[in-house]
Amino acid sequence: MAQAEIQQDTEFFAPAGRSGWWPATVRFFKEWPVLPVAILVVMVFVAAFAEWVAPHDPLYNTLRARNTPPVWYADGGTWTYPVGADTIGRDLLSRLIHGARVSLMVMAIALITGTLVGTAIGLIAGYFGGLLDEVLMRLTDIFLGLPFVLMAMVLAVVLGQSLTTMIIVLAALTWSGYVRNVRGEVLTLRERDYVALAHVAGASLPRILVMHILPGVINTVLVIATLRSGQLILAESFLSFLGAGIPPPTPTWGSMIADGRNYLRDAWWISFFPGLAIFLTVMALNFLGDWLRDKLDPRLRQLSS
Amino acid sequence: MLQFIIRRFFTSLIALIGATLIVFSVSRLLGDPRVLLLPEDAYGITQEVWDELSAQLNLDKPIPVQYGLWLWDMVRGDLGRDLADRQLIAPKIPDKLGPTIRIAVLSWLLATIVGIPLGVLSAIKRGSFGDYIGRSFALFGQTIPLFWIAIISILVFSVWLKWLPSGTMGEGFAPEYYVLPTATLAWFAAAGYVRLVRSAMLEVLDSEFIKLARAKGVKYNSVIWKHAFKNAAIAPLTYSGVLFAGFITGSISIEVVFAWPGIARYAVEAVWTNNFTVLAAVTLMFTAAFIAINFLVDILYAFIDPRIRYS
Repeated sequence: MAQAEIQQDTEFFAPAGRSGWWPATVRFFKEWPVLPVAILVVMVFVAAFAEWVAPHDPLYNTLRARNTPPVWYADGGTWTYPVGADTIGRDLLSRLIHGARVSLMVMAIALITGTLVGTAIGLIAGYFGGLLDEVLMRLTDIFLGLPFVLMAMVLAVVLGQSLTTMIIVLAALTWSGYVRNVRGEVLTLRERDYVALAHVAGASLPRILVMHILPGVINTVLVIATLRSGQLILAESFLSFLGAGIPPPTPTWGSMIADGRNYLRDAWWISFFPGLAIFLTVMALNFLGDWLRDKLDPRLRQLSS
Repeated sequence: MLQFIIRRFFTSLIALIGATLIVFSVSRLLGDPRVLLLPEDAYGITQEVWDELSAQLNLDKPIPVQYGLWLWDMVRGDLGRDLADRQLIAPKIPDKLGPTIRIAVLSWLLATIVGIPLGVLSAIKRGSFGDYIGRSFALFGQTIPLFWIAIISILVFSVWLKWLPSGTMGEGFAPEYYVLPTATLAWFAAAGYVRLVRSAMLEVLDSEFIKLARAKGVKYNSVIWKHAFKNAAIAPLTYSGVLFAGFITGSISIEVVFAWPGIARYAVEAVWTNNFTVLAAVTLMFTAAFIAINFLVDILYAFIDPRIRYS
């Protein structure tokens, strides 16, 4: 057997590359989501204190500053506009910071609403079973089987674009993702002895559901919520990019990318930085979600990366 | 099997009815539907026009009857008129569908050719530097917004390097116009393939029969491709349904950014101009296609893997 093949064979059952500086570094960052948490902390901080952190008013425009390049450009770069200004001279950094607030806020409200609805439906379907279960599960299947972006576009045209429409649309996207997993958990939990005992002890139905069943599914819900949050940010920015999301002049990352789209030749930074912000946030949330899943509920492995 | 198909068919049918109900009810029940059907610049509407619209929409009849008549129109292929130019929508569809399908098929092929081997490679060389590259590829495809990567690709390849055109389909036979849209859409799809094939391969490689095959002395390559990959290939197949949904969303991004004259762009332009009939027609078409594909994939999957039929 050739040398190479022998080596290949040993790798086959005991993969190589388990020692050395590269895997060690990877292992440390894998064990603790340092970078994702750091990114998210920064994002949440600037979103919460946007007025104080942002150097300018995100809506204030001055045509003298239009298409100002980022600070490292020798001709025209200035610390007044660290990452440049857009086509009508609004400070990009301030818009990014206020955009973080809009994105995170919309995501959080939609996520909480969707999570509550989805978990409740999963609990009810799993606990009561029978016809109710059948109806609720079919309803969930229908929602899972709809092309979401197009439906969101229809709603944006009919209801008009607004923050509220956006939140409703995103919440409607979110809830169906919980039902199947939560229901599956409840199906096994409700057969447990402690649930029967609670019943015998005279606990009311809502009490059993909330105090005895719910804690058993909370890990699953938490993991799904974290993994979903990234998708919600992507969905929101996509719809805003298409002009079916949050209307201008509210700064959102998606609409900022759309603003700069036609000025790539003169001012690439207008589209570049908001996309970078989306990418960093979504990646941080995904990493955090994967980490949480491995810690709390490894059975959900099929859900994401 | 037949029972499974019938059950699955009814689920699909209900989903389709659900979708039509959603589109119908948002168009009729939230405010005056006639307002939606007038172009934005329509002032000085006379009472006759107003009444004609009412008659056209059967507004005098009860809501369920309205829904039935509307659904019947849709089924017959009468999708209404484009509000922008007052032309029938249905005859316009084939011309717009062509470019969309072309780009979808090309990028699907590219994604399959790149994504599946990369996923296998990533799994058999697990933990290596190459694996990290494969996984980063998959991760970026999932976390970077497609519309942004499309814009950045224009920035790099057409604005800075000036190698490729930045958009539209070009005149006649112009393959260079296809490169960027196909590559960006394929990247996004390939990322999904890498992720799925990798995890499916890892799972199969860990099973007893692979160890037995190895112990028996079956060649390395034969184990990977014949024993492991055949079993792992089921997972990417189920992904086809998700992939199709991704292609719908993806083609919206691609067609908007690259000014591609396809059907998704038609729908997005309809959003910009409040062209409700066009948007509703395209949405229903995509939804029907989406549900049909999911149905077919499920049947195929149940056919290949009997465990599904009985769950």
